Amino acid sequence: MSLSIAHIRRIAQLARLSVTDVEIAAVQHELNGILALVEQLKAADTAGVEPMAHAQDVMLRLREDAVTEGDQHRLFQSIAPQVEADLYLVPRVIE
Amino acid sequence: MIDAPLTELAAALGAKRISSVELTQLFLDRIARHQPQLNAFITVDPDKSLAQARAADVRIARGERAPLTGIPVAHKDIFCAHGWLTTCASKILSNFVAPYDAHVIEQFGSAGAVILGKTNMDEFAMGSSTENSHYGPVKNPWDTARVPGGSSGGSAAAVAARLAPCATGTDTGGSIRQPAGFCGISGIKPTYGLVSRYGMIAYASSLDQGGAFARNATDLAVMLNAMTGFDARDSTSLERPKEDYARDLARPLAGVRIGLPKEYYGEGMDADVRAAVEAAIAELRRLGATTVEVALPNSALSVPAYYVIAPAEASSNLARFDGVRYGYRAPEYDDLADMYCKTRAQGFGTEVKRRILVGTYVLSHGYYDAYYLQAQRVRRLIAQDFVDAFKRCDVIAGPTSPTVAFPVGEQVSDPVQMYLNDIYTVGPNLAGLPAMSIPCGAGASGLPVGLQLVGGYFAEARMLGLAHQFQLATDWHKRTPAAFAGNS
Repeated sequence: MSLSIAHIRRIAQLARLSVTDVEIAAVQHELNGILALVEQLKAADTAGVEPMAHAQDVMLRLREDAVTEGDQHRLFQSIAPQVEADLYLVPRVIE
Repeated sequence: MIDAPLTELAAALGAKRISSVELTQLFLDRIARHQPQLNAFITVDPDKSLAQARAADVRIARGERAPLTGIPVAHKDIFCAHGWLTTCASKILSNFVAPYDAHVIEQFGSAGAVILGKTNMDEFAMGSSTENSHYGPVKNPWDTARVPGGSSGGSAAAVAARLAPCATGTDTGGSIRQPAGFCGISGIKPTYGLVSRYGMIAYASSLDQGGAFARNATDLAVMLNAMTGFDARDSTSLERPKEDYARDLARPLAGVRIGLPKEYYGEGMDADVRAAVEAAIAELRRLGATTVEVALPNSALSVPAYYVIAPAEASSNLARFDGVRYGYRAPEYDDLADMYCKTRAQGFGTEVKRRILVGTYVLSHGYYDAYYLQAQRVRRLIAQDFVDAFKRCDVIAGPTSPTVAFPVGEQVSDPVQMYLNDIYTVGPNLAGLPAMSIPCGAGASGLPVGLQLVGGYFAEARMLGLAHQFQLATDWHKRTPAAFAGNS
């Protein structure tokens, strides 16, 4: 299957990536080339095969629900683009 | 000294024939001299490195020396190192000074190793040529008009050009083995779960694994001994007893069964690569190993499966880069959604955006089953092929890549052609198996050819032993690109 320009705009919006009108034809060409490559998977007979999500089917280990790290917000916020009163600043979302 | 393996450097440090400060300065000087030709490093900070070297010298003077104490190690810029700029070769992290150490950095730190610098790479480890870096492409020391491979191309070029005695890397689909092959050095990706992913910036979490580059297999064993180990902060870190990866180095090859997958020796491999690999197999037979043909019938599907699974995981992992908590933020935007979209569009390079879009698509409603689940089912078929093959052999051997290093700019505009460089390397990642590349010959124009070895789960020591026996009988691993040899 091949992706339309409208479809790519929708994917880009889901991915929170702005794609300009100048770029979009090249993006469409490249993505359709990659999809043609991965299309080969459809020919594989995988009836009854369990999907493999992790190498060796390792299970994600759960940890105790306990505090293990102290408050480091000053350290971590020291590298943030914009901080005020210990809060990360973003453009207003509620008028 | 610049050609010496780690074992010799450690002996020289222990006998006080050289100090860590002198050794670190030697390599810092070489980096300063050759960085304009190779662009192998993103960050070098001599003050920090020399302070660590002084601390190592104090430790050595007190008699508290470990095998890596005082040794300068170059780290791929994917590993967070406290106080060091850690960019992952991306504009979006171009101002990110890591507030903590990756587990790998902690492990080398506690061994007393010195951080020599942070190496250039494909942005977020996405690429097979180290041309996808915000900091410009890395050049191959054997021919600076060619790529070093990728994504860990800076680490591989640095070790090959004697700018560092050893280096770390990461391997999601071949990112250690392919550049090791292209640059004529030794590199290993251990079994998935042996090296902690904590502080290693995530690309495709079910495939990402840290590993090492060095002059030879003995040095790789030294590095794995330091790097591996359980870490509770990585949810897929394996709880296993510590092992000594050097324990099989002296083991003779008599009786070792080497599997030759017929799919790896068919069409697609260049004639010069085939000649070098076949000569290496003949050498292994001469050393006492036996060979047996094995089959990996689904290997042609490994690149398609990888280029669904890896982008899917990447699109999820890279959602965190939003310009809110750290990193680059677009200077101008209308509202919050526009800030996200512009920050990410400006902060990510072309290949990263491409993979995020592919990943978003294959995970989106209506396509998830056809692409993502089908790729995961094929992943199991590929892993099962390896399990079946290892019933008949101990180690699999074949080419690391279908070609020698290709010219800079040749493939960068054709993503599918670039992805096909990974044809022999992605299978072990999908299965989670250990794999390595060692130099095994010279191809066209004298460029290095890599021999890939793949082992069963936790067979690292056995593979390193086989590689070491090969290196005792050959000298491909000792060759240095002429422009970087001696005291130049």
